[in-house]
Amino acid sequence: MVKIKQLSIFLTNQKGRLYNVLNILAENNINIRALSLTDTSEFGILRLIVDNPDKGEQILEANNYTLKTTQAIAVELEDVPGGLVSILKILNDNEINLNILYAFTQDYSDKAILFLSIPNLDFLIKILKENSISLVASNVIYNL
Amino acid sequence: MFWDKNTECMEREEINEMQIIKLQKTVKYAFDKIPYYHKKYTECEVFPEDIQSLQDIEKLPFTTKDDLRESYPFNMFAVDLDEIIEIHSSSGTTGKPVVSGYTRKDIHNWSELLARGLTDWGITSKDVVQNTHGYGLFTGGFGLHYGAQKIGATVVPISTGQTRRQIQLLNDFKSTCLIVTPSYGLYIAEVAKEEGFNPQDMGLRVIGFGSEPWTEEMRQRLQDSFNAPAYNIYGLTEMMGPGVAVECHKQNGLHIAEDFFYPEIIDSETGKQLPENTTGELVLTNIEREGMPIIRFRTKDVTSLNYDSCECGRTFCRMDRITGRTDDMLKVKGVAFFPSQIEKALLKVTEIEPHYQVIISRPNNLDEIELQVESTPQLFSDDVTTLIKIRDKISDYIKNEVGIKVKVTLVEPKSIKRSTAKAIRVIDKRNLH
Repeated sequence: MVKIKQLSIFLTNQKGRLYNVLNILAENNINIRALSLTDTSEFGILRLIVDNPDKGEQILEANNYTLKTTQAIAVELEDVPGGLVSILKILNDNEINLNILYAFTQDYSDKAILFLSIPNLDFLIKILKENSISLVASNVIYNL
Repeated sequence: MFWDKNTECMEREEINEMQIIKLQKTVKYAFDKIPYYHKKYTECEVFPEDIQSLQDIEKLPFTTKDDLRESYPFNMFAVDLDEIIEIHSSSGTTGKPVVSGYTRKDIHNWSELLARGLTDWGITSKDVVQNTHGYGLFTGGFGLHYGAQKIGATVVPISTGQTRRQIQLLNDFKSTCLIVTPSYGLYIAEVAKEEGFNPQDMGLRVIGFGSEPWTEEMRQRLQDSFNAPAYNIYGLTEMMGPGVAVECHKQNGLHIAEDFFYPEIIDSETGKQLPENTTGELVLTNIEREGMPIIRFRTKDVTSLNYDSCECGRTFCRMDRITGRTDDMLKVKGVAFFPSQIEKALLKVTEIEPHYQVIISRPNNLDEIELQVESTPQLFSDDVTTLIKIRDKISDYIKNEVGIKVKVTLVEPKSIKRSTAKAIRVIDKRNLH
């Protein structure tokens, strides 16, 4: 499995909102693997990759959050200057417009991890594989 | 000063004698010419000959806004269209709009009503009247226009908006009378100050205001801003337009033109007439209208009638300023609408009804309306661009339905306070009552 479950949560752009949602996850022992925030002046979307997405979803729904689960994939890239650019070039050459991208480094390897998402995820996977980009399995991500 | 002293200062007895004759004539005319009345009165078994006194008006059924809507567009007209020289229409709140038709004589009479009011305020042919009421289907613009022209004043038909231009013309044309909604008047004063003018030095002598809920405190602010007295005008499209009642310079109630309208106050629950000086729903009857006589129209406006003599010398009864509505109609920026229209527009976008709340405020003397919508899973998209599109779509649908721009805000679920009984759909922070 290379598809990773991602939680997208609607938040009002107001003081304390991010804290509240993260606090609920913390209290329920959900560990966040990666986080990205998109915001407008009024509202924002918080995207999370967590160790237990099903539990996370359940808890947030029980706490009246509006959320959607979407899928993303993770690719490994060299943690060197130009690492990210090399991936983006492939996407650009194939005219893929990214919806979501976030990157982070971790200590399980010397690589950086990049999360990508577009509506047609299978196409993205195909293109990346054709270009010999290695994808990280979902269970590896959940258990980082 | 009087425009038509003989009429405006008639004795009560004379007024009542005139009214019963006009009422009998109107009921017969409507019964003969308009199928709606013929059918309704026949069903209620009440006929023109049953109207022997003014009290007998209670035998007649009410006419409601729904009745008028069902007659869309021209079924309430008593004359052929070739005799109608002008048509106005309400903004079409909740479904079909209400159409009002005027013969040449009706337009003449309408001008008369406002000529009386403006003359009392001291407006003469020497004055320049800057009319910021909207020109078009809305009755506000033209009603004031005709009245001011009738007395020979110079009319500046600038209509609503273009605030900087308003200020420029106030200065350049030396306008002496300004016709505004109270909130727009205050806004003009505000902008004038920003532009470096002192509104008190602009030479305004009189302000006429209407088509919006107001308080005495707002009037005071309006008067202080321009250093000129401000008088209220009441009217509604269904009955004619502005001028049904106009406040005299004593500022102690609006004189109803009783030779054109027969007023009643009723208990809106029981439909029974209430005595003078008692607050209830205003019911009006056109007793002198060719194009479209409306009998016992339920205005849903809450006020009271006072028949005491007025210091100004006019004998027509006075109504209090409108202190409320018997329904949930809202007036924002001069536009009337119902919360149900917002709901209707929302449903078109979202299919299922989200929890929402309308918040009306007046931050800089101008009405603002915000619609907060709770984001449901159906509304929510994992994409900011889509969310903004949804938000703008809601705003567009409402603009279409209601006619005014509404600021739409998406908020988190359960963030709008629930009340135990009925959902609070509207919070009006303007503090109007």
